[in-house]
Amino acid sequence: MRENKEVIISFLIMGLLIISVGLFQSWAIALSILNLCLISSVMAIGVNISWGYAGIINFGVMGFIALGGLAAVVISEEPIYEAWSAGGLGILISIALITLLVFLVRLILKKLAKSNKRNILISLLIIFFIFLIRKIAGPSMEAIESINPATQGFLGGLGLPIILSWFVGGIFAALVAFVVGKIALGLRSDYLAIATLLISGIIITFVKHEDWLSRGVKNVIGMKRPAPYEIDLQESDWFINLVAGINSSKLNLISDITEKNQLLRDLVISASSVFVKLCFAGLFSVVVITLLILAQKALYSPWGRMMRAIRDNEEAAQAMGKNVVKQHLYIFIIGSSIIGLGGAMLVTYDGLFTPVSYQPLRYTFLIWIMVLVGGSGNNYGSILGGFLIWFIWIEAAPVAMFLINIFTFNLNETHELKKHLIEGVPYFRYTMMGIGLLFLMRYKPKGLLPEKIKLLKS
Amino acid sequence: MFFSALNLTGGYGSVDIIHSCSFEVNKGEIVSILGPNGAGKSTAMKAMLGMLTLSKGEIEIDGKDISKLNTQNRVKLGISFVPQTKNVFTEMTVQENLEMGGFLRDSSYLETIEEIFELFPILNEKKNQIVGELSGGQRQQVAIGRALMTKPSVLMLDEPTAGVSPIVMDELFEHILKIKEKNVAILMVEQNARQALKVSDRGYVLVMGENKYSGSGKDLLNDPEVRRSFLGG
Amino acid sequence: MDFLNALVLLTNFIFVPALNYGSQLALGAIGVTLIYGVLRFANFAYGDLMAFGTMVVILITWKLQSIGIHLGPLPTALIALPFGIIAAILISLILDKVVFEYYRIKKSPPVTLIVVSLGVMFVLNGIIRIIIGTADRKFFDGQKFLMKAKQFKEITGLNEGLAIKSTQLLTIVVTIICALLLFWFLDKTKTGKSMRAYSNNEDLALLSGIDPNRVVMITWIIAATLATIAGTLYGLDKSFKPFTYFNNLLPIFAATIVGGIGNPIGAFFGGFVVAFAEISLTYAYKKFFIYILPESMEPTGLVQLLSIDYKFAVSFSILIIVLIFRPNGIFKGKVI
Repeated sequence: MRENKEVIISFLIMGLLIISVGLFQSWAIALSILNLCLISSVMAIGVNISWGYAGIINFGVMGFIALGGLAAVVISEEPIYEAWSAGGLGILISIALITLLVFLVRLILKKLAKSNKRNILISLLIIFFIFLIRKIAGPSMEAIESINPATQGFLGGLGLPIILSWFVGGIFAALVAFVVGKIALGLRSDYLAIATLLISGIIITFVKHEDWLSRGVKNVIGMKRPAPYEIDLQESDWFINLVAGINSSKLNLISDITEKNQLLRDLVISASSVFVKLCFAGLFSVVVITLLILAQKALYSPWGRMMRAIRDNEEAAQAMGKNVVKQHLYIFIIGSSIIGLGGAMLVTYDGLFTPVSYQPLRYTFLIWIMVLVGGSGNNYGSILGGFLIWFIWIEAAPVAMFLINIFTFNLNETHELKKHLIEGVPYFRYTMMGIGLLFLMRYKPKGLLPEKIKLLKS
Repeated sequence: MFFSALNLTGGYGSVDIIHSCSFEVNKGEIVSILGPNGAGKSTAMKAMLGMLTLSKGEIEIDGKDISKLNTQNRVKLGISFVPQTKNVFTEMTVQENLEMGGFLRDSSYLETIEEIFELFPILNEKKNQIVGELSGGQRQQVAIGRALMTKPSVLMLDEPTAGVSPIVMDELFEHILKIKEKNVAILMVEQNARQALKVSDRGYVLVMGENKYSGSGKDLLNDPEVRRSFLGG
Repeated sequence: MDFLNALVLLTNFIFVPALNYGSQLALGAIGVTLIYGVLRFANFAYGDLMAFGTMVVILITWKLQSIGIHLGPLPTALIALPFGIIAAILISLILDKVVFEYYRIKKSPPVTLIVVSLGVMFVLNGIIRIIIGTADRKFFDGQKFLMKAKQFKEITGLNEGLAIKSTQLLTIVVTIICALLLFWFLDKTKTGKSMRAYSNNEDLALLSGIDPNRVVMITWIIAATLATIAGTLYGLDKSFKPFTYFNNLLPIFAATIVGGIGNPIGAFFGGFVVAFAEISLTYAYKKFFIYILPESMEPTGLVQLLSIDYKFAVSFSILIIVLIFRPNGIFKGKVI
């Protein structure tokens, strides 16, 4: 019971914080914080599943988030037929060649005994294929990228509803996680951390530089939405009537008709942005709640118990005949695919895909802080962490600004120090995050909502 | 007695593993601590070294109470220890291992190294070799050599002959006898009871964390009770 | 003649840059490896320690430049370097005392220490950005080139030029001096040996009377010194940007693991392995082949294995290959 109370109180406080942003700053800001909190929660649940349930360090979060984003592009963008006819064939052949290469390498690994000769053969094969693929794909890529590069210059996508990409993002992430897991999961914890971090770096490099697929650093903007556009809302009668209805008392105070229309216009504009954000919030909440239910079910299922057994005592679990390697791979894939889902949601919400923005600090380590702060192994904790850390991440700047103004109130606006500090405001949050994490690790290492597993009756 | 540990009671956490055990050793004497597996032999030795907290007991060296000191300060007062495993710096040379043993000494440690080379001639031959590449018996000599570098008055050995062949074992015991001649008090935990007692002046038999028998090496070897229950007839 | 041209081409575009970049990685990798060997964790804050030390060097260099102190043909930053090193050492020792020591005494698992180092990373990250901002900072002054491509062409009469920047020479020389000093220190001095002993077998080191606090302190001092030197050399050669310094941590990690984590000599060579691989795999060899092959066999494409965009990806891939086939690194032998 105490446990539930803690959860409820924490989330009530969180809700109040967001509402107070709505009251003191604006509802649009409050809602966009809420939406990113929800997305962060999804990512945090993903990390928590592999780290909290099974003790696997996944520092490749950023990579899986980017894959989710890529899925959003590939699914929702309209196909560019011109690009397809210019270079589609070359790309398809290259993909086929890569598949063939993987197949051949596997074949060699299976058929030939371990030897230097085999290694040389594989390296030669890979080098040969790289040249071949570059030869075939190179001109195709150039052709694709030269087609209307200012707005297109890539293959486009499938033109499907973007919401579909949330699943596909999960699948993309899962496929890559399968490969990464096969390679790296046998490593000890610190090597795994470094390896996954570097692999996510490779993924980002790929997304950033394969313009034919993702437009790379040229970004994809103005993507589809599962929610209405503000501009459409502002012109639809039912919405204007709705806003007018809600604000009727305010509007009735004004007698001048042009002034009244002007106010209505302003109200409609701000309400439209709030409305769109509410739509997103609804969608995201459904995802978070579904995930939470599933994750909790899994946690208390026999499978969840087995995972925890493996985490707490790998040797013993192995001795009991549990296939630790396989289970680790599964859970790594599941966790990563949830992160991919979060990545797709993020791009959907932002409406743009900007590969340059994927940085480990924001997309790997911040998510990790969410999980650790919330409480490793506890799904409610991960959601709370996602909310709280994102809230602090955003609200740190106004708070820092406030503090700077208090401490330097006697300095002139043009004073060097003051100016310098104000320029540095966006970076206070890094230091605050770090100090917060250090305090937490020292004094509450199990997080705000520690893992509480109901003891099984023996 | 030069070194005495009286009425030691303690263990890990709240569980006592040894109960009121006492050990004494004089300079120029070899004393073995024997007993079946899990009797608390190694625990007793760790207790004397200050590696675990005792709930009761006094430990004295040369009349000085050291019960409250930590391991490192006991080392400074002349106690040296050879652990059972991980008792050498595997990635350093023989010479460097010995130098590290004499870390707290001034430059006179170089003479001690020569003395140790006299004691263990094979180490002189291999002094520039990485210890990890040596055989088990040679490693054990390095380990003992390292412990002797502090010029200890009390040398404690935790199963020095574990895992070496019988020939090497005899060799090691011979070396230990030579160390004894240098007027060092030697206290060792041993599994190979029979051989250990042969070289020991006295012995203690621990059973279930208690001193069950004690006496001179010869007496224990001839004690029918000890033979039957412990030396296997 | 063509053969000489080809050789100069490779020297100019692969050998010299890789030696230069490799030196920068090598110094950083030695620092990471020392911390790993003695303190037993992968320090994710190391890139930011590099940035911190370099930042202090830059601030002091600016000050010196503004009051008109210069070092002639050498960069003024060399005068400021000791101050940067002292600042980095101080912050390392403070951080150790306030943060890391607690976990060391508790003997926390490596994962906890990684997370803690992330916390330190965030803190330093913020401090650096607040103090110096995120923009690209250049602080190099002095003579830029030891030899310009044009001069080389004039002297030798070859078609290909060989340009050597003074920072490149400085980087390579300083790195070799630092590495030799460090290896001498670890191999020959009592303190150095005690560090190796502690790294090899902590319990036995304690039994031998080696003071763990001293070993830890010296490790931080060396690591912070190397971090500042590596960071400053990198900044002089290219430019200083906090984000780049975090990113450089990744190839440094790669170099560390390639060389066998905990092994300084391995880390040193690991740096060069990574640098040479990055540069040689992303170089377009077209011109090289034009020189050495008969006209009929001249290549039409760029003869480039990977596009330059994949430079970092190369080092990461090497790391992954090493992890799969030789998890203990390619340099066997003693750790620290």
